Amino acid sequence: MLKVQRLTGGYGGQAIINDISFEVKKGEFFGILGPNGSGKTTLLKMISGILPFEKGEIFINGRKLSAYSAKQLAKIVAVLPQHSTQTFSYTVKETVSLGRYAHQEGWFQTWTAEDEEIVQMAMEQTGVDVFQDKDIQALSGGERQRVFLAQALAQEPKVLLLDEPTNHLDLSYQKELLDMLKEWTKERELTVISIFHDLNLAGLYCDRLLLLEKGTINVNNRPNEVLKETRIKEVYRTDIEKHPHPKVPVPQMVLLPQWGTRQKRIQAMIEPSRLDIGKDHIALRSPIPLRTMSSGVVGSGMGWHQIFINRHVDKNYDCEDHRKEMIQYLHEHGIEPLDTVGMMTAVYLEDVAWKMLYGDGFSVMAVVTAGVGNAVDASQSEKHEFVQIPGTINTWIFVNGELTEEAFIQGVMTATEAKVKALEHHGVKDLVTGTNATGTSTDSIMVAATQQGKKLEFAGTITPLGKLISKAVFECTLESIEKTKKRKKDKDADRTCAGTDFGIRTGSPYR
Amino acid sequence: MINRLTAYILAAAFLVAAMLFGISIGTVSVPVLSIVKIIGAEIFPFISLDGVDPMHANIVLNIRLPRVILAGLVGASLAIAGAAFQGLLRNPLADPYTLGVSSGASVGAVLTIFLQISLPFVGGFTLPVLSIIFAFLTIFFVIAFARKVDKAMKVETIILTGVIFSSFLGALISLMIALTGDELRQIVNWLLGSVSMRGWVYVKIILPFFILGSFLLILNGKELNAMSFGEDRARYLGVDVQRRKLMVLAAGSVLTGAAVAVSGTIGFVGLVIPHLARRLWGPDHKHLLPLSILVGSGFLIIADLVARTIISPVELPIGVITALIGAPAFAAILMKRRTESRG
Repeated sequence: MLKVQRLTGGYGGQAIINDISFEVKKGEFFGILGPNGSGKTTLLKMISGILPFEKGEIFINGRKLSAYSAKQLAKIVAVLPQHSTQTFSYTVKETVSLGRYAHQEGWFQTWTAEDEEIVQMAMEQTGVDVFQDKDIQALSGGERQRVFLAQALAQEPKVLLLDEPTNHLDLSYQKELLDMLKEWTKERELTVISIFHDLNLAGLYCDRLLLLEKGTINVNNRPNEVLKETRIKEVYRTDIEKHPHPKVPVPQMVLLPQWGTRQKRIQAMIEPSRLDIGKDHIALRSPIPLRTMSSGVVGSGMGWHQIFINRHVDKNYDCEDHRKEMIQYLHEHGIEPLDTVGMMTAVYLEDVAWKMLYGDGFSVMAVVTAGVGNAVDASQSEKHEFVQIPGTINTWIFVNGELTEEAFIQGVMTATEAKVKALEHHGVKDLVTGTNATGTSTDSIMVAATQQGKKLEFAGTITPLGKLISKAVFECTLESIEKTKKRKKDKDADRTCAGTDFGIRTGSPYR
Repeated sequence: MINRLTAYILAAAFLVAAMLFGISIGTVSVPVLSIVKIIGAEIFPFISLDGVDPMHANIVLNIRLPRVILAGLVGASLAIAGAAFQGLLRNPLADPYTLGVSSGASVGAVLTIFLQISLPFVGGFTLPVLSIIFAFLTIFFVIAFARKVDKAMKVETIILTGVIFSSFLGALISLMIALTGDELRQIVNWLLGSVSMRGWVYVKIILPFFILGSFLLILNGKELNAMSFGEDRARYLGVDVQRRKLMVLAAGSVLTGAAVAVSGTIGFVGLVIPHLARRLWGPDHKHLLPLSILVGSGFLIIADLVARTIISPVELPIGVITALIGAPAFAAILMKRRTESRG
């Protein structure tokens, strides 16, 4: 559709674009990125035919750009510039109608029913039809931008050139506009070439990205290749971090603001003294949000959380929507669920065990509540039926240090291995298969890090961090199981009198 | 805003009324019915002139009618040129004189009076002829200069070039005024503008330029609409901006040059009338330009009528009247728009 060949040019003899070549296929959503002054708008102006270039050639549909008359070009290429001037108060409809200029032939350029229909459609698609008789000078920036988009659409273009189309639009219209354009690239094979400032929007919608740097192409590839942390840092000269989008397989760039790093200097240390062990729940409040990876009832997954709750519930706790119930519980106790990682356990909270271990420039605190009811041998798990019951071994690992995502995952692995070993040590059996249990069916785990202090890249079992995690988790799990076993013994003694069934069931996992 | 047809009917009615008043009122007043009969008889010879004073017929046909038509044509030319320039230059304060064409025409006229020039063949009409030639030379140089400075001829460049040429030519005029003796009054009177005692010849001088210029401008109505959103956008929409811009500049200058040549520099018409017409029917040039013609011609006919009757028998320069009517009218429009946009 569009072919740019060794293009060079700029303003007043000074080349801003230097020897650029690329192609855009029909129906492609093509993004142009680059820092300020990298030549994005200059390039777009050259493609749109209003800025002559010094060297090279631009082909549209295989034909040289210079071979098109202004009218012929306007039937193929429409442009939505970043800024627009309005000196006089035209109505919205008059403005959109100008888009039909190139399609009207002859001296009298009569307005046909087809023209009218296309204009009405363009206005409907952009949602400006409701104020079509309004003066464009009376509109907001975003509304005006949509009016000009409608004007461009009325041209019925094959190629749409946009210079930061979302500039004046609020969040919902940004999404709506780009969704709409994306749909048209697929359904009508409209080719969209757009400048983006927002790397994340570009990554979400573009099929291909062209990254400009000082008038030359840094890279021209799929978003996943272009939006690389080191590349963007280098080209834009700023601090960003790449994260995966939660729903779409594209990368998202996150700015790392100065104030954020400064705030981190408020030193925070997670220590046993912060633990608050109550009757209903164990709580830990951190002075700063911690980066967490967890499998709790609330706040699970990756996130930032400040409050950590391990709540005791009756072993027969049964609630259709335990998540909702837990959120309600937190509210009742004046705890903001959004800031919270919350877990449930049937284990008595007095049986909690914790351990603080210090490494070179970092430290680890483990907090474990463990019972071995419904213990399961993972290698035999297919023999178990699925039941949803409250957690049994809940493990918290707090790290005073900065962890990579990799370290979070390895931390979970290391902790799990340590837990298996602790169960083996106690000889806990899977009661269905009679084999050694590796855990229970409802264990939960959380790794939380202050993300300040020493950078800890790995947490495998024999790394400095891994050593502390495995030791702390192993010992805490041992101790907590010890306590619950002891309680069970006591309770069993009681049961002969009371006939009640408290304690930890080492019996059948089925209720 | 009112219905489009109503706008045209209103504007046309205004023009016809202005013409009838202009012809009827004067030191000798002519009844409207007589005017209709006299003019009717000129077009359809079978209409009888019974009951019409022969002197009235003479006054109408040889004095008032050419004067009214000349005033109308001048007003129409300035108004449509002003509307087109405002659109092209995207500047509501632009007028036909912005580009220096009028200064050029004035230099030609003042030079004729100053040096007492009389060209062969044209004799007594040396002044308008030389004035038109100077007007065209001026626009030629303005455009050539603007092009030399900026290949794309951005409107900012055109406006600045116009300012440069206007001030330079204005200085030349002042120089001639300073050096002149007896002809001072004649020069000043010409500069202030007048359509009196010109006769049919002047109508014949301006008419072809008016037809050509207006035709070209109205043909570019759509393009002017597009260009008033900026040249780049006009280009995106498919307008051949460079060619259209030259066409509009040339047509507007032809109109202005011819108008100044026959009547002197009459101010305010080219600035105010487009704004009035825009209030009648929006900024769409397809209708703004014809409406400007109707309103502009009617306005100048009225202005001329006031100029020659208000302290009769002394005749005031018409430029004084247009400014006296125009400035307050413009102020009122501006005030109303301000309060509207605030309200």
